[in-house]
Amino acid sequence: MSSPEQPTKRITSSQFRVRLRARHLTGTLFVALAMIGTTIGVVLLAVLLFEVARDGVRFLSLDFLNSFPSRKPELAGFKSALWGSIWLITFTALWAFPLGVGAAIYLEEYASKNRVTSLIQINVSNLASVPSIVFGLLGLQLFVRGTVGIGPDFGGFGRSVLAGSLTLALLILPVVIVAAQEAIKAVPSSTREASYGLGATRWQTIQHHVLPQALPGIMTGTILAIARAIGETAPLIVLGAFTFVAFTPSGVLDSFTAMPIQIYSWTSRPQADFQDLAASGILVLLFVLLTMNTIAVFLRHRFGHLTKN
Amino acid sequence: MSTTAVVNPGRPQRFGHRRSQQFTERVIAAVLFGCAAVTVLTTVGIVVILFSEGLSFFREIHPVDFLTGTRWTPASGNFGVLPLILGTLMIAVGASFISIPVGTLSAIFLAEYASPKVRSIIKPILEVLAGIPTIVYGFFALTFITPLLRDSWLPDVGIFNALSAMIVVGIMTVPMVSSISDDSLRAVPESLREAAYGVGATKFEVITRVTFPSALSGIVASYILAISRAVGETMAVTVAAGATPHLTLNPLESVQTMTAYIVQVTQGEAPHGTIEFRTIFAIAMTLFAMTMIMNLLSARIVSKFRERYE
Repeated sequence: MSSPEQPTKRITSSQFRVRLRARHLTGTLFVALAMIGTTIGVVLLAVLLFEVARDGVRFLSLDFLNSFPSRKPELAGFKSALWGSIWLITFTALWAFPLGVGAAIYLEEYASKNRVTSLIQINVSNLASVPSIVFGLLGLQLFVRGTVGIGPDFGGFGRSVLAGSLTLALLILPVVIVAAQEAIKAVPSSTREASYGLGATRWQTIQHHVLPQALPGIMTGTILAIARAIGETAPLIVLGAFTFVAFTPSGVLDSFTAMPIQIYSWTSRPQADFQDLAASGILVLLFVLLTMNTIAVFLRHRFGHLTKN
Repeated sequence: MSTTAVVNPGRPQRFGHRRSQQFTERVIAAVLFGCAAVTVLTTVGIVVILFSEGLSFFREIHPVDFLTGTRWTPASGNFGVLPLILGTLMIAVGASFISIPVGTLSAIFLAEYASPKVRSIIKPILEVLAGIPTIVYGFFALTFITPLLRDSWLPDVGIFNALSAMIVVGIMTVPMVSSISDDSLRAVPESLREAAYGVGATKFEVITRVTFPSALSGIVASYILAISRAVGETMAVTVAAGATPHLTLNPLESVQTMTAYIVQVTQGEAPHGTIEFRTIFAIAMTLFAMTMIMNLLSARIVSKFRERYE
């Protein structure tokens, strides 16, 4: 903190009044500045959404959702990307949810306060800030190349839905864990003590009392984490996901494309028509994200009273 | 669950039941520990993969040549990473010229001036900025910001340029600065503000001389995290800044970041096992080290310099 100024010279009250006016003026100017700063963020968001919507409406139609990509912009569609993302996200959730909740239960309910626990905890928060492209390299080496000679029919998982979803699951795992931990922490300890008092074991207490109370919070956090995974492009590109796919997956070992990858592929084409297609794709992607966020907010409000926060 | 309280304690049936229950409990604890261990294994996996592939790269290219070379043209055997590092840092620092002032002013407004109602509207809107996929920012930079720059006061800016990437990365990291700074400003106890008002300070003086300095550790940590996020950012810079590894500080030119290079190689046809493919692991190792150092630094600043209020 700055050292207090030494009042070496006495000032008259009229001088004080002049200075006070200047001080208040500085304050008013600062409020204006802070408001402008805050408005910049809001305005930029509005401009971004407006621009995307303006470019994207041209190609947005049911045909767009129901056609495969094409070299002709007027025939091109988003079907393989949309279904690819749905497959990918379903399996990502399937891996990340049990693993994340399990880890959170361990850290909150089982782990004693020792070195190993704090190591795991620090590691979780560090992993959350590792660039997503690094997870892509991990997935490439571990799930695409590392499974060659082991995996299905010995060709490995390939650039499949399975490899992609496992990679994204590792990416969002720290976020799911932290959210689940917060939700479990918010369950009052009196609940646990009452259950123990009736002779329940630790797992019985967790299964019947802690988890049901924490579930809305866990779901909210998981949905937000999955929404993040839907928009991830870099790890999937590093994994080697294809940019031109004219089919929808019918199994976990099929190759795939995803919404952000298709958008990237259209954006990098120089023709304006393809960039408008990219904007249409972005509108679909943002709609999906908005829906998921709404569900998460709804869950938090609907069941918010069950937990402390 | 089948806990029956009325069973005679002497009967062996119950004894067996309790034993199997203890066994179940132990198995569950082990499974849950396994879940938590996955996160540690992930980190180990990342480090092992980056190091094993990266070290096999460094057996052929000396690390000093790698870190001090000024030309990056792997196809013709020049492996100087400086153009990529400079491109990355230029965009990250340029982005912070937007994210730090805008984020800090937003945080001060939200924490100190905004009414609860205004706050409950503005805060989620700013957080939406963080939730928008980065490829969308890339699209925005390429199809809106760059044309805007060209049509207004920078007619000779290239289609791919570092400036548009800086602007969008700056926008997307605003919420990181604003929400963490907002949290630490609000953690400053009301009594400190009241004491300052009590000796006649104006609101502006309270904020600049009491609240802001008290929250400084969290605010600085948020700046570092925002820069770290900008360093690891991939899609927006790949789309907006292009793929030309120039050793330049001119933001109007196209540059290539470390992440954009990794995307370029994995999308291209370089076969696994070639030196060109292994470069990406050496680059990723550098990137991982840079972001890890920044994250640890920000965590350290928070734990070391945080003012504790009881």
